[in-house]
Amino acid sequence: MAKLAKSPWLLHYDGSSCNGCDIEVLACTTPVYDIERFGIINTGDPFQADILLITGGINHQSEAVVKQIYSQMPDPKVVVAVGICACTGGVFKDCYNIKGGVDTVIPVDVYVPGCAARPQAIIDGVVKALEILQQKREAFLARRA
Amino acid sequence: MGMQIVPFWLVPILILWPVLAAAVLPLVRSARARGVVVYAAAAGVMALAAALLGGWLAAGAPVITLYADTGGVDHLMLAGELFLMALIIVLSVRYRQYPVILLSAAQTGLLLYTEQTWPAAGAFHMQIDCLTMLMCVIAAFVGGFICIYAVGYMKAYHRHHAEYADRSGFFFSMLFLFLGAMFGLVLSENLIWMYFFWEVTSVISFLLIGYTRTEEAVHNSFRALWMNLLGGLGFAIAIAVASATLGTVQLGEVVAARAVIPIAMLSLAGLTKSAQLPFSSWLLGAMVAPTPSSALLHSATMVKAGVYLLIRLAPALAGSATGMTVAFIGGFTFIAASMMAIAQNDGKKVLAFSTVSNLGLIVACAGIGAEETIWAAVLLMIFHSVSKSMLFQAVGAIENCLGSRDIESMHGLLLRLPALTYIMGVGIAGMYLAPFGMLISKWVALRAFVDADNYLLVIFIAYGSATTMLYWAKWLCKLVALHRTKEQVTDVTHRDQYLSMLVHAGSTLLLCLLFPLLATRVVDPIIMELFGEAHDVLSMSVLTTMAVMLVSVIFVPALMFLITRSAHSQIVPIYMGGANEGDNTYFVNSYGEPEHLYLSNWYLRFDFGMRRLMRPSVIVATGVLVVMLCVIVGGAV
Amino acid sequence: MMPVISVIAYLALAPFAGALLDGLDRKLAARMQGRKGPPLLQPFYDLGKLFSKQMIAVNRVQILLNLSYLVFLAIAGSMLFAGADILMCTFLLSTADMFLVMAASCDSSPFSTLGAGREMIQMMAYEPLVLLMAVGFYLATGTFHVGEIIRAPACAVIAMPGFLLGFIFITAIKLRKSPFDLSTSHHAHQEMVKGITTEMSGPALGIVTVAEYYEIVLMLGIVALFFLNRHWWSWPLAVAACLLVYFLEVLWDNVSARVKWDTLLGSCWVATLLTGGLNGLILMFVR
Repeated sequence: MAKLAKSPWLLHYDGSSCNGCDIEVLACTTPVYDIERFGIINTGDPFQADILLITGGINHQSEAVVKQIYSQMPDPKVVVAVGICACTGGVFKDCYNIKGGVDTVIPVDVYVPGCAARPQAIIDGVVKALEILQQKREAFLARRA
Repeated sequence: MGMQIVPFWLVPILILWPVLAAAVLPLVRSARARGVVVYAAAAGVMALAAALLGGWLAAGAPVITLYADTGGVDHLMLAGELFLMALIIVLSVRYRQYPVILLSAAQTGLLLYTEQTWPAAGAFHMQIDCLTMLMCVIAAFVGGFICIYAVGYMKAYHRHHAEYADRSGFFFSMLFLFLGAMFGLVLSENLIWMYFFWEVTSVISFLLIGYTRTEEAVHNSFRALWMNLLGGLGFAIAIAVASATLGTVQLGEVVAARAVIPIAMLSLAGLTKSAQLPFSSWLLGAMVAPTPSSALLHSATMVKAGVYLLIRLAPALAGSATGMTVAFIGGFTFIAASMMAIAQNDGKKVLAFSTVSNLGLIVACAGIGAEETIWAAVLLMIFHSVSKSMLFQAVGAIENCLGSRDIESMHGLLLRLPALTYIMGVGIAGMYLAPFGMLISKWVALRAFVDADNYLLVIFIAYGSATTMLYWAKWLCKLVALHRTKEQVTDVTHRDQYLSMLVHAGSTLLLCLLFPLLATRVVDPIIMELFGEAHDVLSMSVLTTMAVMLVSVIFVPALMFLITRSAHSQIVPIYMGGANEGDNTYFVNSYGEPEHLYLSNWYLRFDFGMRRLMRPSVIVATGVLVVMLCVIVGGAV
Repeated sequence: MMPVISVIAYLALAPFAGALLDGLDRKLAARMQGRKGPPLLQPFYDLGKLFSKQMIAVNRVQILLNLSYLVFLAIAGSMLFAGADILMCTFLLSTADMFLVMAASCDSSPFSTLGAGREMIQMMAYEPLVLLMAVGFYLATGTFHVGEIIRAPACAVIAMPGFLLGFIFITAIKLRKSPFDLSTSHHAHQEMVKGITTEMSGPALGIVTVAEYYEIVLMLGIVALFFLNRHWWSWPLAVAACLLVYFLEVLWDNVSARVKWDTLLGSCWVATLLTGGLNGLILMFVR
């Protein structure tokens, strides 16, 4: 894998999740799953992140926040929606305050279903995102050149 | 080399010219005319000092002694002293500060008695040498520009503070009178003459601190007065003992004789004047005065009179118990004042603490009294005078623009008052960043303390440098924060104020650039005169390293500016957890409403606050001072 | 000729050495936590990625200050490796750090300003020992000159073990290791995001990272200074000592939690007094 794919740094944001998926995301960093094997670092900072990992559906309050955080990430970047709520809005889809899945506000590259998504599935999704990241990177460099 | 006659007739003119200006200024009623008179007088002071310097240099920079026979002037001075005493008594009675009367009467009485009982043999009264000329140049140029600055400043000051009576005429008069006294003080070799000028500066400082006549100002001015009079009393005792035991009142002879009691008493006077612990509180209280007087008297020149005296005494202080005490007090003041400066958010208070702290370092150097330490002390004095005077002026100008001198309100000043911020930046960098003057001098001082086997001072300087760094660094960071506020600020700084500040900023940079020249041409001759020999304190390799550093400090950011200018970067809002309103100034709070972002500095008040540290510091310093004075005087009697 | 070669070697190789040490650090830390950890060359991948990312910034000044930070660290290190004055080198080190603090402050953002404030406290905490250590070298070897210190007849550490202990203590601050990683951290999820580096992105962060690698090598260079003398065997000894010190720092990082600023300041100042202060006092007496 090329440079970017070897050093993907994550930003984990909780849209309106019940925290189920968040716990699973954090589980990925524990010694059992050890995502640092892939060079993945869970940074808390959009300025330094390559992958935006969002759990939970988007509500009216988190909409602007998600958009802003996304805008603060440098190109190339990918978005992974973790859990069914982040993918489509899940069981909360029809709630008065929920807009729907993450893709209602920013483009999503990888959807990881599950309620809650299992750590293996999350890691799988991230690895999938790496391929897309690599393609985006090539496109980005070509555009810059 | 053809010997030229030094134009020593310039000496009395140099002293009397500002006195004349002081006499004329209260009579000038219109502000515009007063401004013109001040410009002319300040230009005259500078021209006279430059002429004296030029003539003296053309003659080969010799040591010259003047005025062996001065009967009439002596009587005039005696009358002046009595007048000062009367003035102090009248004001003390008016403000019910009776103990001050005792101090004043005691020293004047003692002096009168001494002059009657042990009339000193006729000898010269004034002396021109390298150190004197250096002090004159500092006083004339730094002082002259501060006076020019004050013209614009006082106009804005009284516009902002309509509650105070406008006594600008008196204010300028005092500034010029002070300059005259300062010239007299540094030129005097006769202790009685020096004492007279010393008292004049004390009283002027007292009058200027009380300028606004508020309760606080009056209270602080009397504190400054009694502390300085205590030093004056020490001075008078020194004169009495010297004429009784040695039969001389020549400073040089007293130093050469290493007379213990006079030296100790003169050191006490030096410590009070330079606001060392336990006497620091007078200088902190002096910050109520308008800024030009703080810049001139309370940082750039008058407080330097204290260290000037100590540097003169240095050969006698070396290796003596008095020297040890002075060095301890200085080092202790250095660290204690720099710690307390951390907890201050008033810009002028920080400058005051920093002044006390830096004077402490100079005093410590003088107390050790070795060649290397005096070398560092003289350099520190030069750099400190220029940078600190500039910083005071900049803070004064900023206060007039913002209506506040709180460091917190200077957040993002770079965008609001760019010119003043750059001046502040040069001043702050000059105070603590490598390789600017202060730091290099500190470095020499550190080495000298090691060589003098004074490990306590080494520890003081190590910790004191760290605390010094913090209070400057956080101020600098406050200034450079690129924070856009909605409130508009207009720069009301007058052109004459900018002239003065820019000259100061230019001198600061130039002094650093010409550092090797300064070291060899100015400092080495002074050491030569004081000690009879001078070694290279800094080797050539060190000077080259320093040149490399200086060039890099100036050029690296400039080069980086050029490199990064072409880089394209997309500007995005700062990170506020995604709740940035988009303008970097407001964020969405938990009610969904915009909330203003407020970023505060660290002040560590509970750990470094004045309330916590001042009292123990004063107790320690007083204890050491009292015990050591008893031991020294008791041992000598 | 020697100084020129060693300066060039420092400038060219320090980033690589620093990155390798960083990789080793992450590997070791992972093993201490019972994980596999990233590949040894991970820091190189990270750097490559950072420099290929889009440049985003919150203002145009920060990158300039970041670059100045890098250059000053490189100059400070060069002075050490050129055998120049160690006191000057330490002064320049603080100046370099000031540029980083200013880079963070100029953002005027809550997290980086908080980080900058903490960084200044950290500087205040380690500064006394750094200065005293330079004095210690002077007392032990009679010179501030690095070139002469390494030609001493015996290891400096024999005369100044206290200073070495103190230096190991404050190196934790310099290497941003727990318990003193207040201003920023290599680990995620802390109360102030990434602290001093919060607003640094892509190439800007890459520059700071490279500067940190220069700093690691500089700090270890000072550790080596405690061991080097005119005999050849002192060189392998110094390298071994550096590696041991680095290992100790990693170990300490993994067994301790972050402290608050007052504990940091208090412990550093007391440790400085007990190690450097006492050691220096003894040296002063026997001189």
